[in-house]
Amino acid sequence: MLMDLCAQIQRSFDQLYTCHARHSLDELPDSFTITDPHIPGHPIVFASPGFLKLTGYARCEVLGQTAAVFQGPGTSRRSVMEIREAVREERTAQVVLLNYRKDGTPFWMLFRVSPVFSGDGGAVVHFVAVQVPLHKKDGSGVRDFGFGCCRKEVCTDSLSELGRVCSVEQVLERDVIELESEEPCEASEEEMRSAVTAMDNIFSVLTHFSEATGRLVCRKRCSIPDVGLLSTSLIISLGRIKQSFVLTNPHLPDMPIVYASDAFLELTGYGRNEVLGRNCRFLGGTDTDTSTLYLIKESIKAEQPCTVRILNYRKDESSFWNFLHISPVRDASGKVAYFVGVQIEESNKNDDRQCLSPEKRQLSVVGVVKVAVRSLSMSAGSSKS
Amino acid sequence: MMLKIKRVPTVVSNYQKDEAGDSSRPVGGCGRNCLKACCIPDAKLPLYAFKKVNGKDLAMHECGEPPVAFLDSLLLGEWEERMQRGLFRYDVTACETKVIPGEYGFVAQLNEGRHLKKRPTEFRVDKVLQPFDGNKFNFTKVGQEEVIFQFEASDDGQIQFFPNAPVDVDNSPSFVAINVSPIEYGHVLLIPRIFECLPQRIDRESFLLALHMAVEADNPYFRLGYNSLGAFATINHLHFQAYYLALPFPIEKAPTKKIANLNGGVKISELLKYPVRGLVFEGGDTLEDLSNVVSDACICLQNNNIPFNVLISDCGKQVFLLPQCYAEKQALGEVDAELLDTQVNPAVWEISGHMVLKRKKDYDEASEGNAWRLLAEVSLSEERFQEVNDLIFEAIGCSELDDNVQCDKEVDAVSTSAHPTVVVAGSKECVVLQ
Repeated sequence: MLMDLCAQIQRSFDQLYTCHARHSLDELPDSFTITDPHIPGHPIVFASPGFLKLTGYARCEVLGQTAAVFQGPGTSRRSVMEIREAVREERTAQVVLLNYRKDGTPFWMLFRVSPVFSGDGGAVVHFVAVQVPLHKKDGSGVRDFGFGCCRKEVCTDSLSELGRVCSVEQVLERDVIELESEEPCEASEEEMRSAVTAMDNIFSVLTHFSEATGRLVCRKRCSIPDVGLLSTSLIISLGRIKQSFVLTNPHLPDMPIVYASDAFLELTGYGRNEVLGRNCRFLGGTDTDTSTLYLIKESIKAEQPCTVRILNYRKDESSFWNFLHISPVRDASGKVAYFVGVQIEESNKNDDRQCLSPEKRQLSVVGVVKVAVRSLSMSAGSSKS
Repeated sequence: MMLKIKRVPTVVSNYQKDEAGDSSRPVGGCGRNCLKACCIPDAKLPLYAFKKVNGKDLAMHECGEPPVAFLDSLLLGEWEERMQRGLFRYDVTACETKVIPGEYGFVAQLNEGRHLKKRPTEFRVDKVLQPFDGNKFNFTKVGQEEVIFQFEASDDGQIQFFPNAPVDVDNSPSFVAINVSPIEYGHVLLIPRIFECLPQRIDRESFLLALHMAVEADNPYFRLGYNSLGAFATINHLHFQAYYLALPFPIEKAPTKKIANLNGGVKISELLKYPVRGLVFEGGDTLEDLSNVVSDACICLQNNNIPFNVLISDCGKQVFLLPQCYAEKQALGEVDAELLDTQVNPAVWEISGHMVLKRKKDYDEASEGNAWRLLAEVSLSEERFQEVNDLIFEAIGCSELDDNVQCDKEVDAVSTSAHPTVVVAGSKECVVLQ
C-alpha cells in the first residue's frame, strides 16, 4: 500500500512534467509544495528544498502527507476553512497562517495556493502552494506587556534560545511565545509580492516541462471544462472512499462512467482511462444473465435503488459474481445527477475482518456519495453548476 | 403572565402522534419492536464505544485503524438503510437547496414537506427548564428501527464496535436515532441516557458525550446542535441534533475577538460581524476542559431562564453559544408579521446560517439581506448580551474554585494555552497578575 502511494506520487508528477522538472524546481529558492487532488487524501507530491528547510522535515516525510500535518493548536480554523473553500472552488487564495515545524515550534507564513489546470479538458490537475515565512515587525502587538527583553529572540524565530533562559523568566517567556503565535501576523507588501513572484517562477517551470510531455498545463482554465467533468472537490471527497464503486452520468449519451474508484480498478483489472467514458456493460459477458440486466435497467428508469447478483468479467476475462448495489444520487437541485454502483466480489462478501454487513458497507458508500454530490453542487461559484 | 407561541411541531419520529388533545391516547399494547420493557430484552442494536482521550493525546495521531469509520461507514450506512426502508417522511436529497450569493454564503433549502399534516401547537416559551412529562412524546416511545446505534465510552481505552449488542437498560445507554423529518442528509438525534428520561437541560456529562460524538465523526462538516426550551426545542426530552452538510456555515466564517483565556486552555471569543451575538469556545488541554466550561455556561443560562442554542463544530474543537430572545419577542407580538409569515423557526441551524424555507416564494427571494434581517431579530441587544456575558463569566469563574479558573476578560493579554513543545510549567504560574 505504501509502495503504491509512492509510485502514485511519482507518476502524478512525472506524467505531467517529466522527472527533469524536479531539478529545475529544486533550484528555486522558495518554499512551496505541489499537491494532487486526484490521489486519495489530496497529498503532497512535490516539496521544495526551501519548504523542507523551513519546516525541518525530510522530503520522504513530507511526500504523501496532507497540509494538516503542519497545522497545530494555534492555527486559525477560519484560515484553514478559507483554503479549503479555495480548493473546492478551484481558485487562488492567500491567507496568513500559523504552521508548525517538525520540532513543534510555530511560525507565521503567508500561504498562497493556486490550481494548475490541464490545457485540454480544463480539469484541475494539481495545486501549488507557496509559503512565505513572515517576520514580526517592531511595534506590533506585544510591546505593551513590558517583555521587551525577549522580543528580539521571538522576532527572529529562534525559539531554541529560549531554552537557555533562567527558570524564573521561563514563565514569562512562554506567555510571550504564546502571544507571538496567537497574535495574527500581517504580511507586508513585499512579502505578498514575493509570494506572487515565487508562484510565477514555479508556473513557468511547470508550463515549460509540461510541453515536453504533451500534456500542457496552464495557470488559468484555458478551455471550457468537458461535459461531465467532475469538480476537483467532488473528486477529493470521492477519493476518500476505499470501496469499489463507479459513478455514471444518466444525462450523457449511453450513461458512461464518470468516476471509478481505485478499488474498482483493482477488482476489474482495468486502468482508469479504460473505463472512464464507457457504459458499465463492458463488465458483462457471455454468461451474464440478461434478466438481471433488465432488472437493472428498469430500476434506473424508475430512479429506484436495486441490489442484484450479476456475473461480471475482469480485463483478463476471468469471471466473478458481483454483489452489486445501484442507487440514484441527486444533486442540490433535487434531481438525479448520477447513479452510483457499488460492487462487492461475492467471494469476499463475508470478510471476517469487516464489522459491517456487506449490505451496510454498500449503503455507506451510497451515503458518502450522496452527501458529496449534494453539498458540492450547492454553491453557484463551483466550477460545475 | 405565561408566554406562549403557536407553531407546527417538527415530527422527529414516526411514533410521534399529534399532541393536541391526545390525553386519551392508548398506552402500551405492543406488537412492534418498541423501547419498552416488553420488547427491549430481545433488542439487538449496534454499539459504538469511543475511546476516551486524555489530555495531550488529543493531538496525537491514532495508531491503527478503528474497527469501523464512525461517520462514513456506521452512521451514513445505517441512515441510508433507513432511507431505503422508507422510514423518512420525505427524501431530503430531493429538496432543492442552494448557497445564497453573498459574503457569508447562507444556505437555503426549500422544504415544503417538513411541516405538512401537523396542526400548530402551543408552546410555553418563558421557561427554559421544565420537568419531564412522561405523558408527552419522548424518545422512549420510538420504535427500535429508528434507533441506529448505541453510543458510549469504551471501558478498555480502545474504540469498540459490536454490530449486535443487547440493550442494557441498567447501564444507562445513550442512543443515536434518525430524525424522520431530516433537514439534511444524516440528520440524527443523540439522546443521552435515554431511559433516564432527562428533560431538555444541559449537564456536564451529556454535553461531553455530544462533544465526543463530534470528535468521533472526525469531519468538520458533521456538526451537532442543541436548542433549549424557549429557543425552539419542541421535545422536552434531552437530545442533541446532528447532520452532515459539506459546506462551511456562515457562523463559522464570521470573525471573532478573543475576550478571555481560562486555565485549562479554553479560549473564549465574541462573534463579530454576525447578526446574532454569541460566544465561541475553543481549545482546552482536554476535551473535558472545553466541555466543562461550555456546560457551565449553559447551566448558568438555564438557571437564569435565558433561552439559548449551541453549535458544536469543527470536530468538537469549537463551540458556539447563542443566547436568544426570538420566541419571547414572538409571544409578546414584537416580531414583524412579514418575518413570522415565513414560519422560519430560528433554532440552532437557522442561527448558524442554514435556512430551511417552507414557501417557494421565500426560497426564490432568499437573499443575504433577508437572512440577516431574520437573524438580527433573534439576537439579544448589545446591552443585554453584555449583561448575560457577565452572568456567564461569573458562573464559570465561580464554578471552579478560585485559582483553577483565571479569567482575564477584556484584557486579552495573558495566554495559558500551551503548545506541547513549549516549556512545561504548572498552569497556575502562567497567569501573571501583579
